[in-house]
Amino acid sequence: MGAPSKPGLSLNIVSSQGGGATRETAAALPMRMTISKVNFYYGSKQILFDINMGIADKRVTALIGPSGCGKSTLLRTFNRMHETVSTSRLEGEILLDQQNILAQDVTSLRRRVGMVFQRPNPFPKSIFDNVAYGPKINGMPGSSAELVEKSLRHAALWDEVKDHLHKSAYELSGGQQQRLCIARALAVEPEVLLLDEPCSALDPISTAKIEELLVELKNLTTIAIVTHNMQQAARVSDFTAFLLTGQLIEFRPTPQLFTTPADPRTEAYITGRFG
Amino acid sequence: MNRRLRWRRFVSNFMLTMTGVCAFISVAVLFFILGYLVFNGGTSINWSFFTQLPKPVGEEGGGMANAIVGSAKLLLGASLIGVPVGFLGGVYLAEFSGGAVASVVRYAADLLNGVPSIVIGIFAYSMVVLPFKHFSALAGAFALGLMMIPITLRNTEEFLNGVPGMLREGAMALGASKWKTIATVIVPAAYRGILTAILLALARVAGETAPLLFTAFGNRFWSRGWDQPTASLPVMIFTYAVSPYEDWHRQAWAAGLVLLGLILIINIVARTILSRGIAVPRS
Repeated sequence: MGAPSKPGLSLNIVSSQGGGATRETAAALPMRMTISKVNFYYGSKQILFDINMGIADKRVTALIGPSGCGKSTLLRTFNRMHETVSTSRLEGEILLDQQNILAQDVTSLRRRVGMVFQRPNPFPKSIFDNVAYGPKINGMPGSSAELVEKSLRHAALWDEVKDHLHKSAYELSGGQQQRLCIARALAVEPEVLLLDEPCSALDPISTAKIEELLVELKNLTTIAIVTHNMQQAARVSDFTAFLLTGQLIEFRPTPQLFTTPADPRTEAYITGRFG
Repeated sequence: MNRRLRWRRFVSNFMLTMTGVCAFISVAVLFFILGYLVFNGGTSINWSFFTQLPKPVGEEGGGMANAIVGSAKLLLGASLIGVPVGFLGGVYLAEFSGGAVASVVRYAADLLNGVPSIVIGIFAYSMVVLPFKHFSALAGAFALGLMMIPITLRNTEEFLNGVPGMLREGAMALGASKWKTIATVIVPAAYRGILTAILLALARVAGETAPLLFTAFGNRFWSRGWDQPTASLPVMIFTYAVSPYEDWHRQAWAAGLVLLGLILIINIVARTILSRGIAVPRS
């Protein structure tokens, strides 16, 4: 995993920006989610240790780190998907718009915080019904045809599927299926969209399309993305959190994290010395 | 060395021949039965078999219209009893129960599946026939329904468990509650398998005779309502086949053919359902 001996690429991308200025901008940004003092356990095994961070509104926040560092687990706590594992236990506080998500109704929380998974997981339904599913079960008002078109346009899939909306979603390619899943998540108009390594099962061209899409989407919603691909984090994100063995090592604006990492472990990871 | 090789070749050829012969025998038995039934039943069947009531002893002709309708009625009643219980139990088993409860229910279902059908008949007799004080279509449907429960339950569970977990997560991440996830994603993804299993369970009980002998009993006339004894094809075949009358033997063959045709149709419908619609790819 990781990208040995390619830190130069990341450096080139971000070198034009001044570190100090970006940091100040970051501090002024409103936070959509605030994570404080989060400890997480599977059974008696502690996975996350005292995590504190924020997800800035209408920005892309990336979680990076080597396999098993807890980045996916952390992401899954943001919409409480961790609760599908019965032995899991979460301590601490996660706020969405200043309200603790742990005290809320989980179904309405997940409508507000959507999720796209590692492997495309369209339902065994038509393309149209996949996108219309969320609005339907949540009883959202308005014409579903309009909503489906809007969501598919946002996911940059509309032109490819508009003539066969009633075909099975499984007839699409892997990359199209993943964009369909993004459209499906967008259809319920989530405030935050979580993406758990959304490109790990995709080819480079599909990956590029989704990365382009993410940059567009931040005008629409707040995004948190887990990726094992550092170039991807550097390309699409505004903020990057580096996790190692369940601890948040460094969390800063992406250009700074990749150009002047404060922690030697971050530097070791982004220069490809491990991971 | 050479002798050993010859010996090994001999064993290999011998075993290959044996497996082939056994495979042939198992298929041959089926085709022998089919051929015999089609031959005897085909020459005996006629239009009045489907439209007329049985004639009194000694008179030629007549048919089994009441038994055909009776079998259909019994199967309908059995489905109404067995399918909801088996299906909902399977949903509970696959989606809600913990490990210990699930394994107890699963084991019990397997035991129930292995209970001899005549014992199921006795059970239905004491549960339904004795309290009502007479044989009835209801009692027969109850017995057949009981037999459908374990098959439906285990198959429902199996097909629901076969739905990839990532579909569950996908629905839940959109704000679907567990119940909604099951009803709108999991069951629809598995419905073809479940429906097929129900049809096969139906085909299985369609030919059951023993549990009907002292529940639905039999009837030489039309049976009205659910509280009257009713004729059914398997019981008619039994009664007619052991009778001393040549014409009844002929009708028993015809009934056998009709029953087989019915089961064949159910099987074909089940397979057609399985091959249509959107299948969930195996992951």
